[in-house]
Amino acid sequence: MFLLLPFDSLIVNLLGISLTVLFTLLLVFIIVPAIFGVSFGIRKLYMKTLLKIFAWATLRMQRGAKEKNHQLYKPYTNGIIAKDPTSLEEEIKEIRRSGSSKALDNTPDFELSDIFYFCRKGMETIMDDEVTKRFSAEELESWNLLSRTNYNFQYISLRLTVLWGLGVLIRYCFLLPLRIALAFTGISLLVVGTTMVGYVPHGRKKNLLLVNLSQSQHRVSSRVNMKVLTYYRKPRKNRPRNGGICVANHTSPIDVIILASDGYYAMVGQVHGGLMGVIQRAMVKACPHVWFERSEVKDRHLVAKRLTEHVKDKSKLPILIFPEGTCINNTSVMMFKKGSFEIGATVYPVAIKYDPQFGDAFWNSSKYGMVTYLLRMMTSWAIVCSVWYLPPMTRETNEDAVQFANRVKSAIARQGGLVDLLWDGGLKREKVKDTFKEEQQKLYSKMIVGNHEDRSRS
Amino acid sequence: QGALSSCLRKPRRDPPSFFPAVSQASLVRLHHRFRALDSNKKGYLCRMDLQQIGALAVNPLGDRIIDSFFPDGSHSVDFRGFARVLAHFRPVEDEGTGTWDPEEPEPLNSRMNKLRFAFQLYDLDRDGKISRHEMLQVLRLMVGVQVTEEQLESIADRTVQEADEDGDGAVSFLEFAKTLEKMNIEQKMSIRILK
Repeated sequence: MFLLLPFDSLIVNLLGISLTVLFTLLLVFIIVPAIFGVSFGIRKLYMKTLLKIFAWATLRMQRGAKEKNHQLYKPYTNGIIAKDPTSLEEEIKEIRRSGSSKALDNTPDFELSDIFYFCRKGMETIMDDEVTKRFSAEELESWNLLSRTNYNFQYISLRLTVLWGLGVLIRYCFLLPLRIALAFTGISLLVVGTTMVGYVPHGRKKNLLLVNLSQSQHRVSSRVNMKVLTYYRKPRKNRPRNGGICVANHTSPIDVIILASDGYYAMVGQVHGGLMGVIQRAMVKACPHVWFERSEVKDRHLVAKRLTEHVKDKSKLPILIFPEGTCINNTSVMMFKKGSFEIGATVYPVAIKYDPQFGDAFWNSSKYGMVTYLLRMMTSWAIVCSVWYLPPMTRETNEDAVQFANRVKSAIARQGGLVDLLWDGGLKREKVKDTFKEEQQKLYSKMIVGNHEDRSRS
Repeated sequence: QGALSSCLRKPRRDPPSFFPAVSQASLVRLHHRFRALDSNKKGYLCRMDLQQIGALAVNPLGDRIIDSFFPDGSHSVDFRGFARVLAHFRPVEDEGTGTWDPEEPEPLNSRMNKLRFAFQLYDLDRDGKISRHEMLQVLRLMVGVQVTEEQLESIADRTVQEADEDGDGAVSFLEFAKTLEKMNIEQKMSIRILK
């Protein structure tokens, strides 16, 4: 049984009121400018301050580790072992040359020492391979005060721990509730807005309304995570146009929000249930997107047909596709699936690069579900990314879809500073195909028995 | 953290005496890699964890290499075993080659031990000899379907004949080592971990 003195209840009331007022003010302060596309530069200041703090924290950690003689784990983005980029043939020839005193002629032959090549190559991949590390979050060179990025989680100094604790407090008690409130507002805005626009008859006015609505809604969503986006919009002509396909590298579901903040696209994807389904249906009311039933996705021809129809209709918006097919950790670009490159439309490549210092946007779908992922997003400092719009590309007459896809992929990798890999992103879940092993075996057989022509000659 | 610290005995990183072949910093890196490969956070690796590595699966001898981590028919390898195998590939330092204390056990990355490692890739049944049949099987792994059976047999015959000195139709470890005595094993079977 509580007996609250009148004095106490007054304080509680005042506290409650002031908190509510503060919150509302914040919401208004953030949402209204978002709708009108105005920015006060607060985020840039926030980022600068954070960077200074991170640099100090990393130095402190290194100094502390040296004092106590600990071994700190230092991440290496370029791989942890020294590798020689020589081919199978060269290496085996090298090995044979170093082992035998007799002059090496080019007759195909087998040596016991050949095994060294395969043995060492195999061990190298066990120590460090190009693909496994792309499916986990990128490792940072300097610590950003989040325990999830600290590989040397041990007690170093009081100041550092206090700072980290402060960071936790700010992120979980201030940023998180704010962002959840913003997220709700954003989603309801989207649903309400698209329903209203759905009643407007087709025409130019409608498209304008749509564009404004979606952009403002996406901008609000951006503020949810304090996204600082830098769009490198070089010439206007690089922006995706109607009747084209916009292609980008995929790191997280947030990519969609980022691109849609700066343009309006028709989305392609599977029909979902639940909250995602509500959002999808709302979006369709306003403008035709291409949503597939799960059963249709397997049928590639059907998919290609629908995409082609959409692209031919010049009044429809450009399609947004992520040809990697899965989320990669934003240090590399993996194989592009050739489906979207077979259609024959103009391709507008877009490169998206996140700065992992403030928060890693990569969604490791095998480790975290959607809700955990969103929670991690909302409790990181900020999401910072750069978007480059590259000049449009079309398929040339003498290249097939796969070569075209690789060309686009290289352009995106070069612009974003990512590693261009030929491996399939599907390796996240499946094993590699045997055809690649056969290629290696073919190369090696040439060395020990030669080609058919050589054999018939000797 | 548990595996690494138990492996290193003291929680704060003095390398144990049976692991002279791998430096402290390299151990930390290898442990990080071990944890990355251990997809279900079991604390040990099974064959499937290693088979998931795409670049290893396309290596014709991938399966033999994976087998070397699971000696004696075991199905799991902990960090100690993992580092032990990889210790064979540590580059041999210039200082101290051949001058190690005979009381101490031979370091894992000595020339002989590197040769032994390569030998057991050929020696499928681990009986200390490479028979003609085993030679054939390993060759078949390396070339797949690209070479006919007769060609492979003639290669296997010739190889065993050239290396076999005591005429027992198989290649023992000493005969193997003799064939490769001029080989710069130290360089060819070494992987340098960056500092």
